[in-house]
Amino acid sequence: MTAPQILVHARRDNVGVVVVEDLGAATEALCVVTEDDSDFRLAVREPVPLGHKVALADLAPGDTVIKYGADIGRIVAPVAKGAHVHVHNLRTKRW
Amino acid sequence: MSAVHGSAERRIWGYRRENGRVGIRNHVAILPVDDISNAACEAVAAHIHGTVALPHAYGRLQFGADLELHFRTMIGTGANPNVAACVVIGIEPGWTQRIVEGIAATGKPVAGFSIEGHGDIATVAAASRQAKAFVHAASEQLRVECPLTELWIAAKCGESDTTTGLASCPTVGNMYDKLIPHGLYGCFGETSELTGAEHLAAARAASAEIRDKFLRTWTAYQQEVIEAHKTSDLSESQPTRGNIAGGLTTIEEKALGNLEKIGRHTRYIDVLAPAEAPARGPGLYFMDSSSAAAECCTLQAAAGYVLHIFPTGQGNVIGNPIMPVVKLTGNPRTVRLMGEHIDVDVSGVLRRELTLDAAGDALIDMIGRTANGRLTAAEALGHREFVMTKLYRSA
Repeated sequence: MTAPQILVHARRDNVGVVVVEDLGAATEALCVVTEDDSDFRLAVREPVPLGHKVALADLAPGDTVIKYGADIGRIVAPVAKGAHVHVHNLRTKRW
Repeated sequence: MSAVHGSAERRIWGYRRENGRVGIRNHVAILPVDDISNAACEAVAAHIHGTVALPHAYGRLQFGADLELHFRTMIGTGANPNVAACVVIGIEPGWTQRIVEGIAATGKPVAGFSIEGHGDIATVAAASRQAKAFVHAASEQLRVECPLTELWIAAKCGESDTTTGLASCPTVGNMYDKLIPHGLYGCFGETSELTGAEHLAAARAASAEIRDKFLRTWTAYQQEVIEAHKTSDLSESQPTRGNIAGGLTTIEEKALGNLEKIGRHTRYIDVLAPAEAPARGPGLYFMDSSSAAAECCTLQAAAGYVLHIFPTGQGNVIGNPIMPVVKLTGNPRTVRLMGEHIDVDVSGVLRRELTLDAAGDALIDMIGRTANGRLTAAEALGHREFVMTKLYRSA
């Protein structure tokens, strides 16, 4: 099978993880959901490094980010679908 | 790989110790009771080939629970089945003897020496003669065939990134799910690093009693350590800068990846104090511990674990002087740039070339090879981090 560029843990996640080193802007990335092996395509808006996350939907401040099907924090700046999600727009709800 | 090499049926060649436990290394340890006895221990180890000194920073003027943890760590380290025999050196005879007696309770050969009234030179001479006798005896011990599942195998992840939660941690979980039902003792810890996934960790306890014990332990760490001492939101310590460079953002995200290490089905059967030996039989245990790699590994070795499995993302280089540390990573860049530190490459999981089931079998095969004597990357590179956990300042 074609190697995916983005892996998503669970169907209900709203972020995926870049698993290649050279994901550039304006890429139609192959995304695979590891829990059920389903796949889809996502238009990635900007270069995102290996291991970093991409939004699978438009996200607004206050939205909860879901990964592993679970809450990993809150959005603090608007993020468009296909854009980089990292410490500049996602913060912990703990400590 | 043949089917049996990656399975719970595999047998390994280990050292059967006096108390029945199986070790996979045959160290003669030179153990200082306290910081000021490090020099004597290092002199003995430099003098007698085949010994290993375990210098550390503490052991003077400790009291209360912190002193008890010090003794538990010292005795547990000397009693570990990877240690064939132990020389203990302290400044004075009282605490030295307490540690000697604790180790001797396992039946292991052990002897203590104290420096006061003798000086370093005479102490080193006497301890060196004893260490030499121990080395001769240890070097004649033969490995015997044992079930792989008699091993006690701990796990902890470090320099994690998002590949850890996708590949290396679930590979460890797959191994535990396969081996623990056959009698393996497992251990995970990192109390503060489960923050954000503590509800999921609590739900994996084997009973309501153990779930409550876990939540009490986790809450105490939050209140007595994190909240009592924090000066910020811990965004540069949990996650670390390395974690963030690797794509992790929040403690919740890090915790969810961390918890992948305990697999899909396994439930933990007890919550251990730092360096406490498991006492409820085979199964998975949670140990209250820091998430700092050397501290956590040192505590797990002191609890009696003979092998450590360490998933890393960005490339932690940790080792331990008596417990081999097997490293695995799912990060292809870490494999390329830091491959000398990696024992098992599971980056194929990210490319969907390697299933978690096959990755788990590859890890079990490496466990067997390591148990039989293959040096881990950390052993070959000389990593011997031995770091005591200290609960508070000395008197």
